[in-house]
Amino acid sequence: MKYLRSFGRFWWNFIVGDDWRVAAGLVVAFALTWLLEHEGMSAWWVLPLGVALLLFESLWREARSAETQ
Amino acid sequence: MLDRLDVLHTNAFVTCTTAEPAHPLRRLRKVPNAECSRRMTHDIVLFAAAFLASAVEAVEALTIVLAVGVVRGWRSTLIGVGAASLVLAAVAAALGPALQHIPIETLRFVVGALLLAFGLQWLRKAILRASGYKPLHDEAEAFSRGRQEAGSAGTVDRGRIDWYSFTVAFKGVLLEGLEVAFIVVSFGAAQGHWGPAVAAAVAAGVLVVAAGLVVRGPLQRVPENTLKFVVGVLLSSFGIFWGGEGAGVEWPGGDVAILGVIGFVALISLVFTRALRRRRIALQPVAAQG
Repeated sequence: MKYLRSFGRFWWNFIVGDDWRVAAGLVVAFALTWLLEHEGMSAWWVLPLGVALLLFESLWREARSAETQ
Repeated sequence: MLDRLDVLHTNAFVTCTTAEPAHPLRRLRKVPNAECSRRMTHDIVLFAAAFLASAVEAVEALTIVLAVGVVRGWRSTLIGVGAASLVLAAVAAALGPALQHIPIETLRFVVGALLLAFGLQWLRKAILRASGYKPLHDEAEAFSRGRQEAGSAGTVDRGRIDWYSFTVAFKGVLLEGLEVAFIVVSFGAAQGHWGPAVAAAVAAGVLVVAAGLVVRGPLQRVPENTLKFVVGVLLSSFGIFWGGEGAGVEWPGGDVAILGVIGFVALISLVFTRALRRRRIALQPVAAQG
């Protein structure tokens, strides 16, 4: 059980990392891209925009948290 | 694109010829075309990304191995390195052929999403470090900490193997190497050919080990934080590009769009770094007063 937990933790850290909100936001951005493309709309802009917003939000939250410590 | 091109693998990269019947006068020479040069551009960018990412991981692994090897001896340390290399080779050998059975669009979607999540972690940390919100990664400090830990660990003599040295070297090389393997396998699988990614990883590994042998110490002069910033930008950009393609996106300009994506991600990263640095400097007097 201990090994299973550390195996799971390793992959979580490897893929999701410090901020799970970024990973969750990426899932939403990919889903939106897929949905728009399958509705016949051009959605190439969704991922770059999503990445910019997610990065901004994550960095500023981290900065605020560092400032209050 | 692949169905319109006859792609020949030469060395690490590709040369292309048109698939249309060749003109009798041009039969003996390859005809360069726009698609081919786009593909070459893509391969060169991919090589650079895989090389830099592998070099950064190799520098970190080298620091760990050097710290243990110098203090506790090389025999067990190098056995640990060898064992980790075998595990990594087995992982790559098992994953590579298995991935070839997955449809390319599905593969690009999964690989793109994973690369993007992975790349954004690098980029986020690199921006926080560059703006002063996180301490810079210091190989010299990591080396001296590793030496201290290795020196204070008791010698557990089980036969002729020093298990401390073996375990630390094995773990260090395996963990750093897994990231390299992940990048190489992702790039190779998503691109449909393995040459550039494998060549880049091997070249980076050889270069870093050679530099380590020459310097005989941690590679302090490698601008590791800058490299991580660049790698974060490149991994995130390839993640956006392939993930988007996998989700059904047709990029304006085709493969050349990767350059635009890289430019965009680099630009926002630099803007965020600058803005955060200014914010931190502006807040410093307030913090001092408090």
